[in-house]
Amino acid sequence: MKRYVYINDDESARDLYCDNCISNRKYTLLNFIPKNLWEQFSRFMNQYFLLIACLQLWPLITPVNPASTWGPLIFIFAVSATKEAWDDYNRYLSDKKANEKEVWVVMHGIRKLVQAQDIHVGNIIWLRENDEVPCDLVLIGTSDPQGVCYIETAALDGETDLKTRVIPSACMGIDSELLHKIKGVIECPSPDKDIRRFDANLRLFPPFLDNDVCPLTIKNTILQSCYLRNTEWACGVAVYTGNETKLGMCRGIPEPKLTAMDAMIDKLTGAIFVFQIVVVIVLGIAGNVWKDTEARKQWYVKYPEESPWFELLIIPLRFELLCSIMIPISIKVSLDLVKSLYAKFIDWDNEMIDQETGTPSHATNTAISEDLGQVEYILTDKTGTLTENKMIFRRCCINGVFYGNDSGDALKDVELHNAVSSRSPDVIHFLTVMAICNTVIPMKTKTGDIFYKAQSQDEDALVHAAARLHMVFVNKNANILEIKFNGSTIQYEVLETLEFTSDRKRMSVVVKDCQNGKILLLTKGADEAILPIACPGQQTRAFFEAVEQYSQLGLRTLCLAWRQLKEDEYEEWSLLFKEANSTLVDREWRIAEVCQRLEHDLEILGVTAIEDRLQDGVPETIEALRKAGINFWMLTGDKKNTAIQIALSCNFISPEPKGQLLLIDGKTEDEVRQSLERVLLTMRITTSEPKDVAFVVDGWALEIALKYYRKAFTELAILSRTAICCRVTPSQKAQLVELLKSCDYRTLAIGDGGNDVRMIQQADIGVGISGREGLQAARAADYSIGKFRFLKRLILVHGRYSYNRTAFLSQYSFYKSLLICFIQIFFSFISGVSGTSLFNSLSLMAYNVFYTSIPVLVSVLDKDLSEETVMQHPQILFYCQAGRLLNPSTFAGWFGRSLFHAIVVFVISIHAYAYEKSEMEEVSMVALSGCIWLQAFVVTLETNSFTILQCIAIWGNLASFYFINWIFSAIPSSGMYTIMFRLCRQPSYWTTVFLIVAAGMGPILALKYFRYTYRPSKINILQQAERLGGPILSLGSIEPQPRPILEKEVSPLSITQPKNRNPVYEPLLSDSPNTRRSFGSGAPFDFFQTQSRLSSSYSRNKDN
Amino acid sequence: MSSRGAASSSGGPQLGTSESSKRISKKPKYSRFTQQELPACKPILTPGWVIATFIAVGIIFIPIGLASLFASQRVVEIVHRYDEECVPPIFSGNQLAYIQSSITNKTCTKNFTVPKRMKGPVYVYYQLDNFYQNHRRYVKSRSDKQLRSKAGELDTSTCKPEATTGNNSPIVPCGLIAWSLFNDTYGFSMKNKVLDVSKKNIAWKSDQEHKFGSDVYPKNFQSGGLIGGAKLNASIPLSEQEDLIVWMRTAALPTFRKLYGKIETDLEANDEITVVIQNNYNTYSFGGRKRLVLSTTSWIGGKNDFLGIAYLTVGGFCMFLAIGFILLYVIKPRPLGDPAFLSWNRNPSGIMN
Repeated sequence: MKRYVYINDDESARDLYCDNCISNRKYTLLNFIPKNLWEQFSRFMNQYFLLIACLQLWPLITPVNPASTWGPLIFIFAVSATKEAWDDYNRYLSDKKANEKEVWVVMHGIRKLVQAQDIHVGNIIWLRENDEVPCDLVLIGTSDPQGVCYIETAALDGETDLKTRVIPSACMGIDSELLHKIKGVIECPSPDKDIRRFDANLRLFPPFLDNDVCPLTIKNTILQSCYLRNTEWACGVAVYTGNETKLGMCRGIPEPKLTAMDAMIDKLTGAIFVFQIVVVIVLGIAGNVWKDTEARKQWYVKYPEESPWFELLIIPLRFELLCSIMIPISIKVSLDLVKSLYAKFIDWDNEMIDQETGTPSHATNTAISEDLGQVEYILTDKTGTLTENKMIFRRCCINGVFYGNDSGDALKDVELHNAVSSRSPDVIHFLTVMAICNTVIPMKTKTGDIFYKAQSQDEDALVHAAARLHMVFVNKNANILEIKFNGSTIQYEVLETLEFTSDRKRMSVVVKDCQNGKILLLTKGADEAILPIACPGQQTRAFFEAVEQYSQLGLRTLCLAWRQLKEDEYEEWSLLFKEANSTLVDREWRIAEVCQRLEHDLEILGVTAIEDRLQDGVPETIEALRKAGINFWMLTGDKKNTAIQIALSCNFISPEPKGQLLLIDGKTEDEVRQSLERVLLTMRITTSEPKDVAFVVDGWALEIALKYYRKAFTELAILSRTAICCRVTPSQKAQLVELLKSCDYRTLAIGDGGNDVRMIQQADIGVGISGREGLQAARAADYSIGKFRFLKRLILVHGRYSYNRTAFLSQYSFYKSLLICFIQIFFSFISGVSGTSLFNSLSLMAYNVFYTSIPVLVSVLDKDLSEETVMQHPQILFYCQAGRLLNPSTFAGWFGRSLFHAIVVFVISIHAYAYEKSEMEEVSMVALSGCIWLQAFVVTLETNSFTILQCIAIWGNLASFYFINWIFSAIPSSGMYTIMFRLCRQPSYWTTVFLIVAAGMGPILALKYFRYTYRPSKINILQQAERLGGPILSLGSIEPQPRPILEKEVSPLSITQPKNRNPVYEPLLSDSPNTRRSFGSGAPFDFFQTQSRLSSSYSRNKDN
Repeated sequence: MSSRGAASSSGGPQLGTSESSKRISKKPKYSRFTQQELPACKPILTPGWVIATFIAVGIIFIPIGLASLFASQRVVEIVHRYDEECVPPIFSGNQLAYIQSSITNKTCTKNFTVPKRMKGPVYVYYQLDNFYQNHRRYVKSRSDKQLRSKAGELDTSTCKPEATTGNNSPIVPCGLIAWSLFNDTYGFSMKNKVLDVSKKNIAWKSDQEHKFGSDVYPKNFQSGGLIGGAKLNASIPLSEQEDLIVWMRTAALPTFRKLYGKIETDLEANDEITVVIQNNYNTYSFGGRKRLVLSTTSWIGGKNDFLGIAYLTVGGFCMFLAIGFILLYVIKPRPLGDPAFLSWNRNPSGIMN
């Protein structure tokens, strides 16, 4: 589908395309209620509750007042709807602001101020400096004589640097006055969401007849929501408007992510639902049988002789309604509430603020905090995530000569400076490529200093380094580059820029030396993209070695090369390039193909090595998270050696004797298969051993493996705790995430750049680092953090607490609902299985939404272990990871507890209030009081730390229970008039309640204590250690149990990195001989690890 | 949601030049709540605390149990089942016919002796067994509005199947509960002197004042084809019909006692009491039992050993647990928080098993 935009045509386009009215709204005033209700009712739970509520309207079967379900249901719906409405209203306000903004538009040949929403496709829009762009424009004129303008695209892609945009060649040189009258047609694709592509053509009509179709690219457009900077004015033709702009198409509601925990809760809800149906069927049958055998004899019930056809259904339906409270209606609201609080805690966390930039962490997705605690795999990007992405030029190799090897900094290498001052041609060429083979824009400040605006950190580092070596890139004026070298100015004209793509892995510029007219091709790129296309005669060995050596050091390498072009060669190629540039289909591929025709027979100039320092705390973070049982995969576009070096330096993998690297490589299917099988074999053997085995795979082999040997690779992925994937493309990153997800692992992807976005969106949890590569990743992510090291806190503290809290909250919600439901069921056995409700409507309603919800909501403040303990013992995360706190067996525990408590409450209430006291309202209130008291004690027992808020909520709730019931007991028309006053005056009421508490809590306390002391979980042990303080210090006295170390030979399959593999491994963790030595040598706290880092943190602990 | 917000065009400005300054102001303010650092009390289940708790519960519960058992034992209670005895032997094979017939003599005289001194007031109850006052059909069949005031007389929608008479005039009081009002009567005499049974103040004051209207008079009551239970004097307002009010406080259990009246005088041990029972109420069709109960009262109510026994059991159980835990603690001490039990300190692979 194509769109033809007639420039400055006021009539035709008006009806064809939408106007520029932006609408982000989900609802309108009219459709809000039906649409919102429809959305809410698309959830199963809500449908269920609606069905129950509707059944309750049938007075024949309803056990209680329908208000007991309708009330909470309406409340819950109102809360969700209000939230939606509020969000939508805010969106409406912001839309309105954008729509009513006034912009200059040419209408009927006159420039007028109109509201942004009245812009139509084909209108010419005038923008002034710092104006926001109202819709997608094709640039046709700027104040700059060269037709360049600068825009800031931060709102679009998060990148804060300025980008240049040029007017199409056809519009070049048109007088600004004539722009009002310009006519023409732009042929462009239908709106899409790709903000990096715009493949269109422009043809101007007479008198601007150019007769030439002028290709348009994204370079000729300014997209909606960008800002015009450093340019006096610019004007353009609106091509996409309103919600059809690139930005508008990008908008959309992301698929809601479901946490593992939600899935588990849904599963448990399903189980309860089935249980409920079974109960209903059993009781329904029993009820009907009882009715026919017993109730018919009971004259006072006066069962009619003949009954309607649905008679058999009535009792089961009554029980269905009676049991409907088994599924707590409040759980959804409670969970939503606490989840948003978890997210707020992340936003608020002072310890996760990046002090350098003052960026706090932010949870964009408020619904998945629990998943953080259940992460099993972390897939991390390297550059900018593990490293600072602050590139510093460190070394270089020019034509076989290494600079900077001694000092570690080539800029301080005297020899290089000497070479520069002696004007060695190789060095000059090298520096020229460094300085101008890029897309950097130099800017002058008012004081005359030059600073650079670069999209890539590497380019920035190279230009800076060149400047330090006296090759200063001074000015870029349209196509003319100005370089100062040792005082003399050299000018180059940029003829073409062959841009960098991740597939090509290189970029080139074609420049013309303005002095001698020579045309040069300057190229820089990854070694494997440059070295194979070197001119046949050149010796590239030295460069290979240099690349090898630098990547061993963990440096990023780039190869620089050049070639002199003949005039006619260039001319010929230039036509092809232009043609490729104006293709509408597969343009990227065509361009790449054309570029390849020029980039050959290069003369390699040298290799640069750029250092990218590790971020603070990365090794510690990775170590801690690995101890927590999280597997790390590193996915990087970098070279294998660089990746391995970085991996080693940040504890990702262990050096040789402890760790083992298995390499999967190969260029053909067969090779890959063989190497994959070998690795798999070794993996299978070594998994039983405590050895750090990691596999390394590069993009090419990965492609083959994923395509042909998916099964084997999946098995490998399951076996391997660590992997390094180098040279991978963004889509491969996403594929790997997909692979792990398909094995039912919880994945977390962390990255900082645009190339990580797909992986971040694909993963269960996406974490973006708001770093130097822009905010793109942070935008797409569920969580954005300032530094990699915050990941530790995010997972160990926030993730873990969220998991624990939700685990308690959800199970407790079921417990309390089951408790009251079981009592109702028991009561039905003594009320002729007729479906009488023991509790009145008011109590039932308040029980679920009020009495039992508030105390448990403050469990979001509960901390089972202090943050410090968790940080020191990251292994404890295992409990969350494996879902130990919420699974069918823990749930069975709560189920049993509710059954037990229901028996206790029921038996005690009916026996204590037997005979003359067995008045319905009184018995019901006694049982209800018993439930409320029990639940207060249950929450107390299950709470690990009491803050003032928890005490208020738990005991205040108990007090408010009495207060509320006293109020209702004071209303003469209510069913429970005087009941509560009467009960509170009876000693037998209080003795009954205390008996219920003691009988209900005694066994539970005893059981918990027994487990806590004699079968403690790791959490319990740490709790005891942390709170008693003592035993941690007395650790030195504990002799570690000697364990035989299996001296087993690692299978000698010589598959892997062959160098010095040690057949006898040393265990990685504590009870190796080293550890015992360290115990002996009086480091009393070092029960944990041999690493000195940890033990020092312990001794610090002790000092405190 | 947020991606929409962030991407919307008005989201632009603050991402522009003012970004850095905004960011700093976005820095959250420190508070103990936001940092999750509210001062907290972190108790743990130490043996000391747990054992002390159990001992304390035991120590408190056993005396309370003894006290309530003692109180319950001091209550003197005379229970006399009469439903079987009061059927003449000729009807023993067909009790239903006896009770449903209008011509049989329902009067039945019983004697019993007071085993112990009963201090007044002595409460007279009737006890029904296997009578489901809590049956759903039954318990719902009443109209509180109608009972409360004359204005609600027509409000009988909830009373089915005893809502209206054949010609659609409302029954007051309507519903199954009122219709099945208990109608056995007891006449007490001692040493040939009539023993006064006070029928005043047997209902709750609050019911008389607020639930049952003083302007509501029985109407069309028990006038249908099927007579349920007692008839009401149509000239006495409902608020004065205390038997009805008592009956209408439905019982939660199928076995229940309802207050019949009070004997204000003391009864001495070995006093012979003669009761003349009008055995009208039909419990024979469903196998229900009827008992006459005379009982004194104590601070925990009537004679009910349950609380006392339960308290003693729970108290004893707690003591037992406490002793058990003490023994366990002595025999097999286990230091709390011993990191040697952390499996990752033993298992070199770092994976817990």
